[in-house]
Amino acid sequence: MIQLSANMLYAAFFLYILSAVLFAVSITGGKFKNRKGEEDNKAGLFGYITAILAFGASLTYFITRWIAVGYAPVSNMFEYTAALGIALGLAFVIIHPIYRNNYLGLFTMPVVMLIIAYASMFPREVQPLIPALQSHWLTIHVITTVIGQGILAIGFVAGLLYLVRVIDFKKTSKKVKGVEFIIYTLVATVAYVGLGFGFGAADYEANFAYINEQGNEAEVTYFLPPLIGPNEGELISEQGMSPLVEVPAYIRSDDLNTVVWSVLAGLLLYGLLRLVLRKPVGGAIQPVVKNVNPQTVDEISYRAIAIGFPIFTLGGLIFAMIWAQIAWTRFWGWDPKEVWALITFLFYAAYLHLRLSRGWHGEKSAWLCVIGFALIMFNLIFVNLVIAGLHSYA
Amino acid sequence: MEKVKCECGHVNPYGTYLCESCGKPLIEEKGKLANMRYEGVARRSQTYTRTFVDKIWNFFSSVKVGIWIIVVLLLTSSLGTLFPQEMYIPPGENATIYYEQEYGTLGKLYYQLGFHNLYSSWWYMLIIAALGISLVICSLDRVVPLHRALKTQRVTRHEAFLKRQRLFSETDNAENIDEDMIKAESLLKEKRYKIRKENGNILAEKGRFSRWGPYVNHIGLIIFLIGGMLRFFPEMYLDEHVWVREGEQEVISGTNGEYFLRNNEFMIELYDEEDEKYQPALERAGGPVVKTYQTSATLLRREAGGTIGSETELAEVKDHDIRVNDPLTFEGFSLYQVDYKLNELSSFTFTLESEEENTDLTDIQFEVDLNDPEDVYEFDNGYRIEIVEYFPNFVIDDNREPTTINRIPDNPRIIFEVFPPGTDHEEEQGELSLVGIQVNEPLNGENDYAIRMTDVDMVNVTGLTIRKDRTLPIISVGGFIFMIGLVQGSYWHHRRIWIQNRNGRLVLAGHANKNWHGLKKDFKYLSDETAFPMPVDQSEESSEEENEGVNESHDPTQR
Repeated sequence: MIQLSANMLYAAFFLYILSAVLFAVSITGGKFKNRKGEEDNKAGLFGYITAILAFGASLTYFITRWIAVGYAPVSNMFEYTAALGIALGLAFVIIHPIYRNNYLGLFTMPVVMLIIAYASMFPREVQPLIPALQSHWLTIHVITTVIGQGILAIGFVAGLLYLVRVIDFKKTSKKVKGVEFIIYTLVATVAYVGLGFGFGAADYEANFAYINEQGNEAEVTYFLPPLIGPNEGELISEQGMSPLVEVPAYIRSDDLNTVVWSVLAGLLLYGLLRLVLRKPVGGAIQPVVKNVNPQTVDEISYRAIAIGFPIFTLGGLIFAMIWAQIAWTRFWGWDPKEVWALITFLFYAAYLHLRLSRGWHGEKSAWLCVIGFALIMFNLIFVNLVIAGLHSYA
Repeated sequence: MEKVKCECGHVNPYGTYLCESCGKPLIEEKGKLANMRYEGVARRSQTYTRTFVDKIWNFFSSVKVGIWIIVVLLLTSSLGTLFPQEMYIPPGENATIYYEQEYGTLGKLYYQLGFHNLYSSWWYMLIIAALGISLVICSLDRVVPLHRALKTQRVTRHEAFLKRQRLFSETDNAENIDEDMIKAESLLKEKRYKIRKENGNILAEKGRFSRWGPYVNHIGLIIFLIGGMLRFFPEMYLDEHVWVREGEQEVISGTNGEYFLRNNEFMIELYDEEDEKYQPALERAGGPVVKTYQTSATLLRREAGGTIGSETELAEVKDHDIRVNDPLTFEGFSLYQVDYKLNELSSFTFTLESEEENTDLTDIQFEVDLNDPEDVYEFDNGYRIEIVEYFPNFVIDDNREPTTINRIPDNPRIIFEVFPPGTDHEEEQGELSLVGIQVNEPLNGENDYAIRMTDVDMVNVTGLTIRKDRTLPIISVGGFIFMIGLVQGSYWHHRRIWIQNRNGRLVLAGHANKNWHGLKKDFKYLSDETAFPMPVDQSEESSEEENEGVNESHDPTQR
């Protein structure tokens, strides 16, 4: 069952690639003609159908894993991040028929793929649930939250599309740098996933004996070549090399090493892109999206936020509070994850007020959508992995 | 203040921008489009600016100020997650040194600025209070005039109003207007619009109630905040902790000694490491993973008639297995599984041994209950053993005196005094010895008798949180209303379509508070089914002009 569910996730991943390609064809493929010589570019429709199939496959992954593990598969970093990708796919499948905007498909599908690929970097084995997680509220709270975040992520995608469409990439400006930074972040994530897959396939492992924070001897395993070594580290495996730098014990050297690799590989990849394109990457994409109606994508991003915000609030705050009251004796305890969920809520509330009362449409609104998504990812990755709290299960 | 009379005859409050009845712009504004925010009503905040109260009102009625409050709250909240709050630092750590020791200078600063208790600091409370005030005033300032304007709006709008709508079209000498208008009416009814007619003009309106969504959700938020505030009143909120040893019962605080809890058994269940399903994950975890923490408990209630302190009968009310995620609840109280202690010492069994042979001491065996030791143990053969001093949790304090940290027998030491037969325990002094785990020291010279520990009994102790929160119903109601308002405002949209026949000239206009896409689709439907034209999106025209050149000119590779 677990194998089946894993295969379905792979299938979904490849279907998303196919869908992205079809959406690309629908835009750049020009005017196909059918036998009668009429314009007939159906690639967009096929792209959408493929996106539905991909979502179906990912849903099958979700259900089969649910059956296999015996609880809603949203309990650790792998499961939650994958669910976020699936939710983004779901949000797209819902929103696309309303606006029928193939550009949105072209931009959404790669983000879905990236999130699912990123998820697969985390340990995937079946995890026993600790007592605090044994509740139906795990299912209710997390699934509602993830759907809300998936829909909010559409706001990000549409916002990014808007920015790439309207920003003048010929002049160097903060805006251009901003968009390029977003693109670099995505590229660095690709690099991280690529490195993970590459060295994973090669079974790379370097073990170090080192002195940990408590001053005791401990061992650490690197899955990427160690540029950054642990405190007083000594290589004890055959594979591996001597690190360039050694960091003090209070820094998780293996994680920092991964971050450094991703940043560098991302820079390399991005640099290559710039070299080939000879202009900002956003500027190179812009001609592709020249037919996008900025007002439409602006409305899509706003609609996505207006739809996603209540769902996120319900799942991420209200259901969260109900569960916290049952499991942790209080509905609110200022745990970092709780605080960051509140911050995300406040941020989108500010967005809505700025838009409705202060007339922040278009570009300003698009930047806010991007920042909102950054907050969601920050809460998922940074708060879970770095700021440890009650929610750090992964 | 002077009222403004519109040419349609409606008297508007001072400061009105669009006549509440016919919509004619009363104050000229730049731009092609009317500012439809709040229907162009006069708001108190923009009308009165004289007194101190007005100034306060005006300050808090500004959405700009409201947004700033949200942003400030957001930023300060994030600061509190930089390092753990005081309640989350490891138990027993002293905050005064912990932050500096763990996080260096920054940690010290964090502590000195009071960020270790940020969320209960007075200034954080002040920001939340400001948010509450802003919510109330912003809502009141807008909802009253908005309600009036939507109620008094006329079907026949002034042409200047229609012209300045985002969706607008006019057709001179349109044919079959009357027929098409009848058709349009039924088409719009089909789309669930509410139709009002006047002088042959049509106002089709839909989803007006979504306009109240924001105000409903603000009311919910205010109730929620009030609920949160009530916690500071003592009767509303109780948060206590109790340890209950297996087989024992403890009073549940906050119930005036009426309820007791008995711990029948506490257990911890671990995941089976042999279980194939979990093996890889358990290996990664590097240790056992807990499956269940459970206290099998019985709730007891004092029988009527008994007084506090006297030996009274306790009646069993109910049995419940208290687990994480499954508290025991009764009369607004909840008991939660939060902590435990395994193998706490509960009693020692001792025997007496003698240096001299042929003293028969086999009968001398006694058990000391470490939570409630007896003072004297007397035996048939004349031996007498007294407990002179008992330290449940022994330490040597700063004055080099033996003392106990608390009453929990984590490190028990007992000073025994042994009186063999024939000694007068009141006049003479017996042999003193200090006895504990792996400790047995004579205190007054060489002893003839030695007390030997032969057995140790241990129990498991469960740690429960006793919680009563009377603010919960209020908070729940607030949250519920908030959610309703949010959904009401987000998932429905207020749309209006004006169709006017001005002596053979057809005028179409439309306004939506959001989801213009949906409104356009409705217009499209009309124009497909009738001879009506598709109205022009006047905002698009202007934005196209602005964007012109952006996509064409700056990419030289483009044709």
